[in-house]
Amino acid sequence: MATSVLDHAGTAAIHQEKTGLWSWITTVDHKRIGVLYGASAFFFFLLGGLEALLIRVQLSRPDNTFVTPEFYNQLFTMHGTTMIFLAVMPFSAMFFNFFIPLHLGARDVAFPRLNAFSYWVFLLGGLFLNASFLFGAAPNGGWFGYANLSSRQFSPGPNMDFWAIGLQILGIASLAAGVNFFVTILNMRTPGMKLMRMPMFVWASFITQLLVLLSFPVITVALIMLMFDRLFGTHFFVPQGGGDPLLWQHLFWVFGHPEVYILILPSFGIVSEVMPVFSRKPLFGYAAMVFAMVFIAVLGFGVWSHHMFATGMGPIADTVFSLATMLIAIPTGVKIFNWLGTAWGGSLQMKTPMYFALGFIAMFIIGGLSGVMHSAPPADLQQTDTYFVVAHFHYVLFGGSIFALTSGAYYWWPKMFGRLLDEGLGKLHFWLMLIGFNLTFFPMHIVGLHGMPRRVYTYSAGFGFETLNLLETVGAFILATSFVVFIFNVVKSWRSGLQAPADPWNGATLEWAIPSPPQEFNFPEEITVHSRDPLWEMKRSAGGRLPEPVRTSGAGIHLPPPSIWPLMAAVGVMLVFLSLMLHEKTGPVGIFIAMSVLFLSIYKWAFEPVH
Amino acid sequence: MAHAEAHALHPATNTGIDNRKLAIWTFIGSECLFFASLISTYLVYKGKSLVGPFPKDIFEIELVTAGTALLLFSSLFVVLSLNATEQGNRKKALLWLGATILCGVFFVGMQVYEFTHFVHKGLTLQGNLFGASFFTLTGFHGTHVTIGVIWLGTMFIEMLRGHVPPAKALNLEIAALYWHFVDVVWIVIFPVVYLMN
Repeated sequence: MATSVLDHAGTAAIHQEKTGLWSWITTVDHKRIGVLYGASAFFFFLLGGLEALLIRVQLSRPDNTFVTPEFYNQLFTMHGTTMIFLAVMPFSAMFFNFFIPLHLGARDVAFPRLNAFSYWVFLLGGLFLNASFLFGAAPNGGWFGYANLSSRQFSPGPNMDFWAIGLQILGIASLAAGVNFFVTILNMRTPGMKLMRMPMFVWASFITQLLVLLSFPVITVALIMLMFDRLFGTHFFVPQGGGDPLLWQHLFWVFGHPEVYILILPSFGIVSEVMPVFSRKPLFGYAAMVFAMVFIAVLGFGVWSHHMFATGMGPIADTVFSLATMLIAIPTGVKIFNWLGTAWGGSLQMKTPMYFALGFIAMFIIGGLSGVMHSAPPADLQQTDTYFVVAHFHYVLFGGSIFALTSGAYYWWPKMFGRLLDEGLGKLHFWLMLIGFNLTFFPMHIVGLHGMPRRVYTYSAGFGFETLNLLETVGAFILATSFVVFIFNVVKSWRSGLQAPADPWNGATLEWAIPSPPQEFNFPEEITVHSRDPLWEMKRSAGGRLPEPVRTSGAGIHLPPPSIWPLMAAVGVMLVFLSLMLHEKTGPVGIFIAMSVLFLSIYKWAFEPVH
Repeated sequence: MAHAEAHALHPATNTGIDNRKLAIWTFIGSECLFFASLISTYLVYKGKSLVGPFPKDIFEIELVTAGTALLLFSSLFVVLSLNATEQGNRKKALLWLGATILCGVFFVGMQVYEFTHFVHKGLTLQGNLFGASFFTLTGFHGTHVTIGVIWLGTMFIEMLRGHVPPAKALNLEIAALYWHFVDVVWIVIFPVVYLMN
């Protein structure tokens, strides 16, 4: 069409890439926001990793005094909170942002400015949480913040205020993104892309957004009540005033269990993209995969109390939640067999993303099996609060989520940045990570079953924990080294990496049809799809390969203009929460100023011209 | 040509529902869980207060019933306003929208009066679980109504300036959907809190 003519003319550089700090601050481009999410998540991931290393140093030998018990409490609380809310979720958000519109053949998300708002709220919330370290008052009541450990009486400092308020801020970011991607996926698919033709990553993301939308309001309410208890003296979770600490646990886990699927479903999606491409076969059992994920999501709302067997809910509740939990093993098993079926008989291309995807499947099976063990209340009572549980959830969250996210990072890096990563370094990263990971976490099963309690800052000599704990610490440092290799790989690619072609892996989805990195407007022309693997189909009908796509000027393509108001609104949200936290000092004036900033930003946003 | 192409690249949505309308529906779905959690907490703590005042010492049903009725009517009024906007009858649209806003303002006023009155009678956030769960639940609902009033008020000013022609009736429809939701939530809260005693 007209675009290709303009391209040869080489004039009218309407969509020349904007550069400079201001262009990033005001960006509403889903790809840039994706990169921002990724960079921030990696920063927080390193922080959380550092916390983990400090924990491991402290536990490397018995009766160690490397950190104080008080600081240890802050370390494990912030490690968990950071890895869940500031690393894994935003890593997923990076892929949602960058690839959902590309997978759908769309120009951007449904609400580009809301997307920027989500990112800025997330970033400010993450910085706010971590700023607590500067005051020596990082959250210290565990990532689950159990009442009444989190009450004013037992946690008098501002530590848990940071936590309760920080998570509310992060929840706003997740909810805004949830609405955005939910609408984007339902409404912005390119012609021919029926729901049952969407890439599996988009399906996984769609179900994840649904879980976010339905579970985050619950934790928000719980956090509001905790905040009221702490700041305004209510007794929601204070037994002296009649409050029930167990209500906190119920509300928390009604959110908390769907949350674990929020952490793992995007990873399922990534692996479902990587396996077919590197097996040279379409995904095995597409429909079964979709239904399995829907089934997992629905059941995910009916199993929260398996986190609470130790509270004594009685045999009926225990039985129901136990059976529901065991039931989840079925759709999860379906997915595992689908991935294996995809690889079965395929022409396997053993590239780095494939290594990590296969590593994911193996590690996730181990984590899944110990999960089924927890679902039996008698066994769970023995395992609760021991390192066995720590081993389990690291096998699903690190062995699961992080392996899959790393697979996605290697798979999509050429598309995101236009440069190839080094295969040799990638494989070194994989082996170090696999060995380090298993050295760190497998022995935890054993010490856990021998009764080593979690969340305790040290252990005495003579229980038989010494050797295995030292081994775990060594493993943790190997794990850390694997990410040094990754950083080295990134730096090397940035300085001297090979230019990535549009389609380095012979991909099946639409993002590989456009140049790497994609231009601001994504697709110069609308693509009509006729199957689940549209690019493979296009290549087949073109006789094998497609010509390398050319960069076009994109003249005449309407894109949303940049805007500062998403960031300002995020600052407003931040100020409102700050003024609440400091209400004794700032009083109504502080709240008024914060509200004014928020309202002004929303009005400026609402009345900003976008055409 | 360029313009035609740009237009062609922004097709109608797959579902046929405008993005913003689908977004407000999605948001409302999420908000259901927010209020469900608050209402559950209220019910869990019903009758669990260690000290008074208790609901029977406090509630005066007349005023809140009037407020409820006005909120219900306001949902009708906003539909009439939307209908008038779609037909391009600005005068009528303004009239009904104004009536909607007045109802909302009265409801918020009723709640402010009620809160003050209850505090004077000794019901506070800190005093007992009833106070904490009552003020939190109805307070968050009141906040939603207030935001709705501000939103509809903004629409009113926009309408006065002639910025809401029939082609832009969707802007009002989205605000109205939110308003209906706030109303529906109150239909649940009112019997649960005031009638089930």
